[in-house]
Amino acid sequence: MKIAVLVKQVPGSESVLPILNDETWVDESLVSFIMNPPDNFAIEEALLIKEKAGEGEVVIVSMGPDRVKKTIKEGLAKGADRAIHLEEDGQIETDPLSISKSFSTVLKEENFDLIFTGLQSDDTGMGQTGVLLGEMLGYSTATLAMETDVQSDSIRVKRELESGWFQWVKLPMPASISIQSGLNTPRYPSLKGIMGAKRKEIKSIPVSEHRVGSKMQTIEKVFIPQTSKQTEMIEGDADSVATRIVEILKTDLKVL
Amino acid sequence: MKQLGPDFYNITDLLTEEELLIQQTAYDFVQAEFMPVINEHYEKSTFPMELVPKLGELGFMGSSLPVESGGAGVSNVAYGLILHELERGDSGLRSFASVQGALVMYPIHAYGSDEQKAKWLPGLGAGTKIGCFGLTEPNFGSNPGGMGTRCKKDGNDWIINGNKMWITNGSLADVAVVWARDENGLVRGFLLEKGMDGFTSSDIHGKLSLRASITSELSMANVRVPDSARLPNIEGLKGPLGCLTQARYGIAWGMVGCAIDCYNTALDYAKERKQFSKPIGGYQLIQAKLVEMVTRITEAQLLVYRLGRLKDEGKMTFQQVSMAKRNNCVMARDVARVSREILGANGITEDYSPMRHMANIESVYTYEGTHEMHTLILGQDVTGLAAYDS
Repeated sequence: MKIAVLVKQVPGSESVLPILNDETWVDESLVSFIMNPPDNFAIEEALLIKEKAGEGEVVIVSMGPDRVKKTIKEGLAKGADRAIHLEEDGQIETDPLSISKSFSTVLKEENFDLIFTGLQSDDTGMGQTGVLLGEMLGYSTATLAMETDVQSDSIRVKRELESGWFQWVKLPMPASISIQSGLNTPRYPSLKGIMGAKRKEIKSIPVSEHRVGSKMQTIEKVFIPQTSKQTEMIEGDADSVATRIVEILKTDLKVL
Repeated sequence: MKQLGPDFYNITDLLTEEELLIQQTAYDFVQAEFMPVINEHYEKSTFPMELVPKLGELGFMGSSLPVESGGAGVSNVAYGLILHELERGDSGLRSFASVQGALVMYPIHAYGSDEQKAKWLPGLGAGTKIGCFGLTEPNFGSNPGGMGTRCKKDGNDWIINGNKMWITNGSLADVAVVWARDENGLVRGFLLEKGMDGFTSSDIHGKLSLRASITSELSMANVRVPDSARLPNIEGLKGPLGCLTQARYGIAWGMVGCAIDCYNTALDYAKERKQFSKPIGGYQLIQAKLVEMVTRITEAQLLVYRLGRLKDEGKMTFQQVSMAKRNNCVMARDVARVSREILGANGITEDYSPMRHMANIESVYTYEGTHEMHTLILGQDVTGLAAYDS
């Protein structure tokens, strides 16, 4: 059983988030970064599957500038066997399609049985990478797994649906699955694990070897939402209320 | 350190990646597992025993000792950072780890026989066995050399008689490192096991400090042990004093942890609490208190960081440990008190940590060498003249 876990490093929820002068991203030099919390559950699930099977390999795969090595090592300290680091220079890629293309370029040779991702990243919150990557690699895919049950050449996962509904689906392997937070209790890295992580392999892939094609999305502007407390009570009969709502949507909010 | 409290002089930059991850792990563990239960244990005067195996599993027991001695082989700075985080939680938690690592695992590692090491160190390191350290007596604290506990050779056995007081984890311990004087006045160390004939313990109740920590009295009435229970590779007072140097090292780090918890609590409060026209942190008198605290904390951080690197290089002296223990206890005591002042009436409730830390520090200030005894140790070092009675 060979399992890849896609792990992202994101700003910590308690970090300051100063926006760059050009309003394209945050000033990373002032941000304190942590492992994307949902990815922690994905690592734990992969380690549990490996431990239950008694054999296999868990590989941390992470994209980003040099700083992400800290998060990679945290994954290795928890018990992953090795890591692949897709290097980035300067500003990180935020377009899920480009990100997925990079991952698929690097991971297609690895022939993983399973690829796990966290539910979504806490920075951009797209929640697409696992599914896009699975599609590119020709893997079966599922999202929001709350429970996993590995069988000989397939995996059953309990998916979370809306309104408290759940669904068990059976996927042939290889499969790419996004893991819902809270399905397990992530372990702490032990001191033994931390000291042992130094000897584990981190394979670095330069940006020139994984970045392919042009990006489909770019960030136009990053800003702090302006809070305002303007409330307009619309009164009158149904026709006049509807007319006023359409006018607001067209002229004030410009969404129609 | 940066994200875990004031790091005014960028000490984080001096730490290795491993040390930072170890500190973060200890911080996360304490916040998630210990903080939700501390107030209840403090009130009831109990210790969260369910956390002991977890501490062992993480490698927090005697972590700077080699792996073969039940430790994790981490640097002394990493060991200090762990105790820093445990004490950010509560001194009772740090005291537990200090005793287990520095006062029980260390002497068995440094002075014990191969059989003693094999028998005790794996379990102590894993947190499946608990140890305690018996040096202090009802009538002998700062003057341990005057101890009344006696050991007498009888054939191939030793007979031990005496009482030990203020023993952290005394009644919990599976093994006690007990120091006694033989007929020639020479101090020897023994490993006594729970349940041995004549060896009993009773807990000390009514403590207003270190309430989340078990403190006991040990009683030895004609306890007969084979010579194999004696620590073979040490004799004289330097045995127990060598252990105390290890423990005091950890205390110096721990004091920074609890001081930072007090300071952070006070700082957050000062920025939120509005009186008159603005948050109280905007007034000069409060700012003066905060600035004094962060300065004292920064000094203390620099002391322990440098001390740790000296220890890693094998250059640390016990006098340097005395300076850090002495300074950092006073620092933490003052920071806790001033933090409570800033919190006003809210500060006297269990909702805020400084008063709990303040009460704990009263113990730490006088245990493992009182403030005054460390003054005399340093006084002797700088003048070359001993101020003790002979």
